[in-house]
Amino acid sequence: MVQLNLPANSKVEIGQYYKDKTGSKNIRKINIYRWDPSKNENPRLDTYEVDMDNCSSKVLDVLNKIKNEIDPSIAYRRSCAHGVCGSCAMNMNGKNGLACTKSHSELDGDIDIYPLPHLKVLKDLIGDLSTLYKQYESVEPWLKTSKVNDKENIQSKNDRAKLDGLYECIMCACCSTSCPSYWWNGEKYLGPAVLLQAYRWIIDSRDEDRKERLKKVADELKLYRCHTILNCTNACPKGLNPAKAIAEIKKMLATA
Amino acid sequence: MSAYKIIDHEYDVVVLGAGGSGLRAAVGLSEAGLKTACVSKVFPTRSHTSAAQGGISAALGNMGEDDWRWHMYDTVKGADWLGDQDSIEYLCKEAPAAVLELEKYGVPFSRTEEGKIYQRPFGGMTKNYGNETVQRTCAAADRTGHAILHTLYGQALKHNTEFFIEYFALDLIMKDGACKGIIAWNLNDGTIHRFRSHTTIIATGGYGKVYYSATSAHTCTGDGNAMALRAGLPLQDMEFVQFHPTGIYGHGTLISEGVRGEGGYLVNSKGERFMERYAPKAKDLASRDVVSRSIAIEINEGRGIGKEQDHVHLHIDHLDPKVIDERLPGISEASKLFANVDVTKEPIPVVPTVHYNMGGIPTNYKAEVLTLNGSEKTVPGLMAIGEAACVSVHGANRLGSNSLIDLVVFGRAAAKRAAELVKPGMKHDEIDTNETDRCLDRFDKLRNSKGSNPTSELRLSMQKTMQSKCAVFRTEKTLKEGVDEIRKPYDGMDSLSVKDKSLIFNTDLVETLEFDNLIRQAITTMDSAYHRKESRGAHAREDFPKRDDENYMQHTLSWCNGSKTKINYRPVHRSTLTNDVQYFPPQERVY
Repeated sequence: MVQLNLPANSKVEIGQYYKDKTGSKNIRKINIYRWDPSKNENPRLDTYEVDMDNCSSKVLDVLNKIKNEIDPSIAYRRSCAHGVCGSCAMNMNGKNGLACTKSHSELDGDIDIYPLPHLKVLKDLIGDLSTLYKQYESVEPWLKTSKVNDKENIQSKNDRAKLDGLYECIMCACCSTSCPSYWWNGEKYLGPAVLLQAYRWIIDSRDEDRKERLKKVADELKLYRCHTILNCTNACPKGLNPAKAIAEIKKMLATA
Repeated sequence: MSAYKIIDHEYDVVVLGAGGSGLRAAVGLSEAGLKTACVSKVFPTRSHTSAAQGGISAALGNMGEDDWRWHMYDTVKGADWLGDQDSIEYLCKEAPAAVLELEKYGVPFSRTEEGKIYQRPFGGMTKNYGNETVQRTCAAADRTGHAILHTLYGQALKHNTEFFIEYFALDLIMKDGACKGIIAWNLNDGTIHRFRSHTTIIATGGYGKVYYSATSAHTCTGDGNAMALRAGLPLQDMEFVQFHPTGIYGHGTLISEGVRGEGGYLVNSKGERFMERYAPKAKDLASRDVVSRSIAIEINEGRGIGKEQDHVHLHIDHLDPKVIDERLPGISEASKLFANVDVTKEPIPVVPTVHYNMGGIPTNYKAEVLTLNGSEKTVPGLMAIGEAACVSVHGANRLGSNSLIDLVVFGRAAAKRAAELVKPGMKHDEIDTNETDRCLDRFDKLRNSKGSNPTSELRLSMQKTMQSKCAVFRTEKTLKEGVDEIRKPYDGMDSLSVKDKSLIFNTDLVETLEFDNLIRQAITTMDSAYHRKESRGAHAREDFPKRDDENYMQHTLSWCNGSKTKINYRPVHRSTLTNDVQYFPPQERVY
């Protein structure tokens, strides 16, 4: 049996324990992954006792409460707080999601909060998404049309409906960072988030570059590293189905 | 401050902010061949434009007859005659082309049966100068802002705009009254960057986070506005803060006006559709200030809903579930998540919630920043667009869906104007290091704060003061108290506590810098409100219930140095841009 070990400097150590100071009877333990690039220390798991009687319903509310009232040094991205900007994607009790839409009441026991899996960590809960953004750029996410008149493109309701379930993607990366194939081949495999976006332009009836777009993704690594594990669809906090989009691309290539 | 590593850049133009207006400007600048940097504290698609729901206004006439002049009249009236009519003419006339351009960029607009862009009714949007409701607001379901933002980011990529992402801008570099660039802090590696540019375009959005309850994102801290104040420039019409009538009760999440556009209506605890009393013609589709005040009155007079009688209900349960599914899917999702409501069966609990800042950096219709010198004067090298700017097209109250169109029309206008003023590769002036030193002194001082007041406490105190003293209804008494109280959190910065001293993703320091930005805007907002002794649009004074055109058909300008403000006024432009339309003289505003 092969023994797998983490490099010594990436072992997560037991961190600081912040005891409740409010005297609350309704305490919940929140364990948060911490890593500071400016210190030459291993990552650690800090534990915060949080008074849940005075905390709003979402995991982001818990994090904000900790940052505002207990430990201002904790770093995470957050912006819109209602699931449209995609900033606060993280791993909560083992599952990727948006902290702002995830209710803490849906999580059992202590809450463990980690950055999205398999990204280079920049600090605490902040992961490096630059590779994914470059991959997004590579699918040329803009409409290619030769029409230059000053009228709108006509698109039937049916053709427009084909974009539903695709254009809503908020690029939070919950799907791609839940995908084992993307973990292993993240540099080369485009991953579910970017392939969903690729399909969004492939299937847009106004776009005149479908053939080229298909040709571009038809690659053993870019596309066919998808092994229909379906973690992506399971992880999407917006209820989208990246696995289906990938399957549609494969189908179009197979029947072209 | 030689302790900080400074990296220098030279660009023809720097755009600060990557929301709808910043991206549209960046696209135009890159198209014009100008070397353009777009600097943003968040990845572009995280910008708050993504939260805009209902749509973008333009008199396309896809759903019946329409005319940009009607749109202009509605905007003038919505603004309660505080808007500059030359700018409003420009906005409404350019709007249709701007929307068609977005469609060509790839925005997935909803469609009519004929396959044209779908348009829905919205508050204050009418036919034939205030008669019946018109369908003018172009929609991509109820995710129009998201669709536009992502599409514009794609366009910027297509045009190879250079992005500096997760860079937090600190200050403008000013020399002899002209802007020469900006200084920013790279959160990714902790370095300080000095961008020199011939034109700097501020597109940093609104500052909703001065309030406790707002639909605004955590990042809506008006950083560019504060940078203008620190550069000795005034902000305009800051007292005009829009309360959106329908934020989800208790959470503040926006419920689009598009909900009422599609037939939704408000009721009080007696089950009355009370808007019929306040706006007999437009009813639930009166402009936002009117609907918000009506809700506030219902609540104040004891007809609110719930244990505390402090909210009202928004019904769409009478609509065909298919319509909800096709046109309002995001609303169903948000209502479920944040109010635990199934909109097909139950009403949504809502309350007026801070949503938009009509005020901001004063500009003309070409997006050039104005300051006061006699009547007015432009600031060389500086432009402002989007919610950060006060053009002023929204005057005392913005109409729903006029914000997204403002972003793209003036984003484009700024790029055009910059391309006239700047030629690719022009040589940069020498600048001394005084500005950089002053900026880094402030940065360093805040970073090394070792006092006892955490930023979060000062911020909370500011937000609670704004919420209670500068709300939907205002009086001399509340505003006077507010003017005093809002300075306490400012003074609290004397003993500020910043725990994290690092430079990489130090979000403790980011929030402190954001607070330093917010508090200056809170002070100018409160002081501007105190000095305007009339009621106009979103500024409702119980002690001065009437609009006073004789004394106050003027834009408020407020300068802020520390916690001291200076208030002055400049006249509203009382002429149009061309002879294509006549000036609309002030009238009584009835919906």
